[in-house]
Amino acid sequence: MTAAGTPDATAPATGDPMTELRSPLHDEHVALGAVLTSFAGWQMPLRYTSDLAEHTAVRTAAGLFDLSHMGEIEVRGPGAGAFLDRALVGDLSGLRVLGARYTMVVQPDGGVIDDLVVYRTGDDVYLVVANASNHDVVLHELRERADAVRGEVGDVDVVDRSAATALVAVQGPHALAVVEALDALVPDPAAPADVTPATLRYYACLPMRFEGGPVLVARTGYTGEDGFEFFVDAAAAPALWRALLTAGAAHGIAPAGLSARDSLRLEAGMPLYGNELDRTTTPHDAGLGRVVKLGKVDADGRPLPFVGRDALAARAQSAPARVLVGLQGLGRRAARHGYDVVASTAPDAPVVGTVTSGAPSPTLGHPVAMAYVTPEVSAEGRELAVDVRGRREPVRVVPLPFYRRPR
Amino acid sequence: MATDLPTTLQYTAEHEWVDEGSPATVGITAVAADALGDIVFVELPAVGDEVEAGAVIGEIESTKSVSELFCPVSGTVVEVNQSVVDDPSLVNTDPYGEGWLLRIEVVSTGALLSAQQYGALNP
Repeated sequence: MTAAGTPDATAPATGDPMTELRSPLHDEHVALGAVLTSFAGWQMPLRYTSDLAEHTAVRTAAGLFDLSHMGEIEVRGPGAGAFLDRALVGDLSGLRVLGARYTMVVQPDGGVIDDLVVYRTGDDVYLVVANASNHDVVLHELRERADAVRGEVGDVDVVDRSAATALVAVQGPHALAVVEALDALVPDPAAPADVTPATLRYYACLPMRFEGGPVLVARTGYTGEDGFEFFVDAAAAPALWRALLTAGAAHGIAPAGLSARDSLRLEAGMPLYGNELDRTTTPHDAGLGRVVKLGKVDADGRPLPFVGRDALAARAQSAPARVLVGLQGLGRRAARHGYDVVASTAPDAPVVGTVTSGAPSPTLGHPVAMAYVTPEVSAEGRELAVDVRGRREPVRVVPLPFYRRPR
Repeated sequence: MATDLPTTLQYTAEHEWVDEGSPATVGITAVAADALGDIVFVELPAVGDEVEAGAVIGEIESTKSVSELFCPVSGTVVEVNQSVVDDPSLVNTDPYGEGWLLRIEVVSTGALLSAQQYGALNP
């Protein structure tokens, strides 16, 4: 038996365990018997027991994830909002305090450097969360872009908080019950008194206290389920992790690894940097043109010249060369990242696209994939095929996401 | 993991096992099944197929990855485990028992390892 095909971004890899970064929760993972994997220079849990069991726990009860490998970059100062409007494609100065927004940092040509979630934690304070693999490059870009506009927008500091910050997520229909069972989690006196985890809106955050220390609780996630993410001091993370497992025991919580995280986000149709997004891809290519705010204006009402604006304005007007679609596998074999999409199962059918992510869907019971295809074959219901290691497996174009949680 | 290796079996470096029965039963090791994660699909050769030691004769697919199945012996496939085709998770739960893959009437064997040799490669 030997590995065939192209491995997924989260497949087990052979990094050097001696030089890799370890999460503040590393000992917790080892104690839980996790299979560790190399991911973006970190040793992180791939799974604790079974990919399917962890995936199912998140869909039916709750899963607990360690995301401490993600990059946390604080942007602060009187010019912070105006700076982020210039550095990112979104409208960040328009974000309300304690709101969150999905956005991107792009190259001048519109190619995506990373997709980000930005939390506004104060009038002049933003927390930018970058993918682990892009932490260094995002930090570098933000610092360079801050240097370029500081004179125009005012004082702004870009501070890397990654090493000092752990990130833990509880995701699933029982996530709120788990968080409410966490006795040591109490309101922060400085936070709005009328907001609790129960009333916290999707894509919003709330400063709280856990065992006396600060924790930022956000109603965000990457699984397609309701859930909460906890930004906490690295030193406090093990106690929070254990408390969540204890509080969640009665609610069916299970620690969940990167493998389940990948299959969950795929079912939810969420892009993964390095798969659906990269520097050759514009937000529009990925069907995410809505995050690009071409209408942003400066204080004088003039169009705001953010990095990538000209290229993306042109891109918004042109017909796409390729379209990101969902593919439902009609056979049992799953398409994987990098496989060719072909026009039909006929042996001579031409290549019409490339699979960006694919796996058997644990929730739906059939293979699913995301792929870039030519616009001519992108219509819903269109039957295509994927070249699965020399055999042409039939697929059908279906809308994204594959899975939407019942409300 | 190596401590669980049945000493009555022989192994390939690619993680297949084969017993000394006639016909011989073939499967994949617990080491391989654990590395793959939850197995959701197996593709096996058909009964009657002539197979060759060292050749790829099937595929094993988990939620995360796909692996090729190499044949440890040369001969004729006389039985495939339909239970595993119907429920591939048997390979995870009982790789040396219910999770066997196929039976082959052996003509000759390929390069095989003892449990000790395989265990040394997969500590």
